[in-house]
Formats: sequence, structure tokens, C-alpha cells
Amino acid sequence: MELSGKAWKYGDDVDTDVIIPARYLNTSDPAELARHCMEDIDASFASKVGTGDFIVAGKNFGCGSSREHAPIAIKASGASAVIARSFARIFYRNAFNMGLPIFEAPDAVDEIEAGDRLVVDMERGSLRNETKGKEYRFTPIPPFMRELVAAGGLLNYIAKRKKGA
Amino acid sequence: MGMTLTQKILARHARRKVVSPGELILAKVDLALGNDVTSPIAIQAFRSLGAAAVFDRERIALVPDHFAPNKDIKSAEQVKMMREFAKEFGIANYFEVGRMGIEHVLLPDEGLVVPGDLVIGADSHTCTYGALCAFSTGVGSTDLAAAMFSGEVWLKVPETLRIVLSGRPAKWVEGKDVILHIIGEIGVDGALYRAMEYAGDGIAHLSMAWRFTMANMAIEAGAKNGIFPFDAATKAYADGRAKRKYEVVTADPDARYADEISVDLSALEPVVAFPHLPENTRPLSRVGNVPIDQVVVGSCTNGRIEDLRSAAAVIRGRKVHDGVRMLIFPATQEIYLQAMREGLMEAFVTAGAAFSTPTCGPCLGGHMGVLAKGERAISTTNRNFVGRMGHPESEVYLSNPAVAAASAVLGRIGGPDEL
Repeated sequence: MELSGKAWKYGDDVDTDVIIPARYLNTSDPAELARHCMEDIDASFASKVGTGDFIVAGKNFGCGSSREHAPIAIKASGASAVIARSFARIFYRNAFNMGLPIFEAPDAVDEIEAGDRLVVDMERGSLRNETKGKEYRFTPIPPFMRELVAAGGLLNYIAKRKKGA
Repeated sequence: MGMTLTQKILARHARRKVVSPGELILAKVDLALGNDVTSPIAIQAFRSLGAAAVFDRERIALVPDHFAPNKDIKSAEQVKMMREFAKEFGIANYFEVGRMGIEHVLLPDEGLVVPGDLVIGADSHTCTYGALCAFSTGVGSTDLAAAMFSGEVWLKVPETLRIVLSGRPAKWVEGKDVILHIIGEIGVDGALYRAMEYAGDGIAHLSMAWRFTMANMAIEAGAKNGIFPFDAATKAYADGRAKRKYEVVTADPDARYADEISVDLSALEPVVAFPHLPENTRPLSRVGNVPIDQVVVGSCTNGRIEDLRSAAAVIRGRKVHDGVRMLIFPATQEIYLQAMREGLMEAFVTAGAAFSTPTCGPCLGGHMGVLAKGERAISTTNRNFVGRMGHPESEVYLSNPAVAAASAVLGRIGGPDEL
């Protein structure tokens, strides 16, 4: 599968409180969460992000709370994936569990600038920066995570396993 | 090759003799928990599976503590969904307002988490129970739904960072200062994907309350869990509380650690974390002049009776500064009662502080103490991210309860010795 869109660039340690502030956690409606996505770090993100665009960030993206509202808000905002130097572990889990692709690509992150046009090929494990004319490989997704994605997420995976047992 | 505390517990729950860092395992869950923010998504996901029953109605805990007592209509709807789910599926451990408490203080105090357990919770501070020599870690709502269905969780076995503690902490230095110091040293991703395992004779000087505080903030260093060895203090805490038989796990002498750091507890002074990351720490003596508008004492980090005693000892007979609002949140109903019996509540209220029913409220800017633009708080909570306690242009400083109480009197960040 190929993903393509513009890069929105942020720094290190982007936490779940700025991805979706707790004042909006009294709902789990994806459309409503999307309206406030990234609000406390970039108030206009929700209005300017285009379908397929990428959030590109530094180390430890998604640190803090376990709120699945964070990947839900990003997915519902129209963004297709998050590319970062590294991810906080609960965010990493949550993203796979609910089907938001995320990639660790430190070299690419360092050179991507806001507004660059990116194309990600998930099967080949490659990221092309069309604006800069450069191509990168990202850290391969562990086999188990690929199984999760193939099964259609954690719940389907568990349900199938239980049935088979 | 020997195993660390975390490996030992994971191996036992995966019905394996040995597990190694990096391996993916399917492990049995002793308790799975959710709160009023994370449970609604888990309940919807669980219902989508069409299951007739949960895996074990005794081994699920649902605690409405974040926006409860309900702060608005939407929060009320979320808690109602939890309450109805708990009733329909016969969930034994649903805690209603008036009998509830902050999940990570309530569940171990109630004996629902015991040493040697494997616990997952849809709340990042689920790592708190490592104080009991249990493995516990935060997950998302989908993981909670899967665990409620199957009683199992997929985990990657983490590498372990060993933290050797020596010496006795000085007066006014508490567990909070030790963990803030460690986070300041290694950074907010210093233990990313790893277990933090404590060792050394300094542990004997740490009360169970302090150990809970330290395990609680393992996530603030990016860790999967923080875990203490079982000792006499653990035994004294668990015996008489534990609702299930527990097993004592020890690390192998030849266990392999990815890294090791040492902390001399006697060399520490109280620590304050500046905005907007818990790693931005400074020793109290180098804080400078930081005026404050609000003081919060409470949370899953520092809402235990020992924390209230520490703050009350500082505030007793003094007054909260004119320009400051001080808010006290005992973490559970039991702690609330105990604070009444010991006269702590009276000390706070006569000093001019507000004394609240248990809730996570202000810690995450939910309710009961939200900050306006430009306001500044010192808080015994765990995070000081942008907008954490309210307006994105407000500020949160993190400290121990004694420093928070002294600051309430001073009107600026300072220690008990300045009073």
C-alpha cells in the first residue's frame, strides 16, 4: 500500500496531552476528537491537514497517557501515518491495535521539512521525499505487528485465535 | 542465563521456564483495569466481538475516577456506560463514587493487586503496582477489550535497567524526589521500552507509599514498568490486604541487565520539575523565585495517607498565602476517613485549603482545579506537559507533598525549611 501527502513537522517528546487535550476526553467520537487534534501544539492543524498527509516528529512521539483517543484523533483528522525518530511504547501499541500506520525513520525525519511531499511504500519499507528527491528505508515492522495488521487489528486477531483454540 | 524480576513474572504468566528480552509472549492477566476515560472505547470494542461473557468477572476492575464525580453531561454518559456494562457482565470490581478512589491507590489498598501479579490497565500509570513486586503496565483501550475477552495480553519482553539505591534520604526528601531525580538524569525516554528494576540497601529506607510513587512515574521515563524487590515492607503491606494468595518472586543472581545506574539517596535534596517535561528537574535550592497561583496535593502519584501527613505536618498552624489556592485530594475514601481521624483534614481546612472527594480531576486538567491562561501551579502529580492542568499557556511544576505545602504558605516555590 502506498501513502502520499504533505509533511507536518513537530519536535521531540510530542505528548498525548497536546495530541488530544484531556478536556476533550469526555467523548470517544472520532470526528469530534479530530477537530481538536494537535490543538495545544498547533491550533490550526485540524483545519489545514489534508487527507493522506503525514505527521513527522522527533523522538518519543506519543509519550504520556494511554489514551487511545490520540491515535483515533490523528487517524480521523485525515492524516495517513506518523513518522518519527521513536515512539513511546503505549502509543506504539495503540496505533497498531487500531490501525494507524506508524514508522520509525530517524534519517528521514532529520531531513524532512514542513510541507515536503512524501510517499511511503509500506510493503517495500521505503519512504520517498519527492520535494527533496531522496529515498529512505524505515525500521521494518516486527512480524507479529504485520500479523496484527493482516488480521485487521488486535480484536480480530484474538477472536480468531480463541476460535481456533 | 538468569532472569530479572520482570522476566521471572512474565515467564510464569506465559507458562514458560525462560523468556528473553525482545521475545513476544502471550501472557495470562491477573487483573485488567479501566477508568471512565478509557473504558468506554474498550466496552464498545468488547461488544463488537459479540462475546456472551468476560473471561473472569472477578479479574476486571472498572474505576470511574478521572472525570468523576461527573463533571459534565458527556462524562456522566461515559460513566453510565461503564456502570451498565459492569452490571450486565457482573463485573465484581466496579467502584461507585462514594466508595471509589483513584484506581492505582485503590486497587492495591483493596488487595486486588498482589505481589507476583501480571496486571494491565488502560491507564499509563498502571505501572504503579511494581512497588508490590508485581509486573504491571499501561495499555490502550483495545488491549483492555482483548484482555476482558481472552484473559491474555501480548507483550514484548523488555530489557531491564537496574537502578541501585544506597544511603538514607535526608529530611524532606521523599520517594517523589528520588524518581524525579532519576528522570532528570536519564530523560523522559531514558528507559523507553525497558523495565526499571530497583535494587540496593537504600530500598530499606523507602516506605511502601514512596515505592508506589516511584513505580508510578516509571512511565515518565518511558519505561514499560518499574519494579521493586519483595521485602519485609512489601510483606507487611500485602498480608492482611491480599484478596488472593500471592507468590514471592526474586531476581536471579546472574540476571542480565541492559544497563545499570546508581543513586546515593543521602546526597539528594528535594527536587522540582519545571515545565514542560518531568525531566526538567532542579534541586530545590536552585529553583529561584517562582510565584504560584495554585497548589495541588493528591493523585495516583502522591495522594496516599503518608503524603497527606507530610503536607499536613508543614501546613499545620500556618495559613495558605493570600494569592494561592490550595487543593487537597485524598486518593481513596479510606484515606479520606483516615485523614479525618488523624486531624489532617482539619489542619488543611483551617489553613485555608480546599479538601476534596477523591478524583484525578486537576492532574489532567479535567475539573476541580483547572488553570487559566498564564497561571502557575506546583503539584504533587506526575506530568507537567503543555496544557496538562488547563490552558496551554499555564504552567505546572512537580514536587513532593512537603514542598508543595511549604510553597502554598510562601506563595512561591520553596521548602519547609524556609518557614
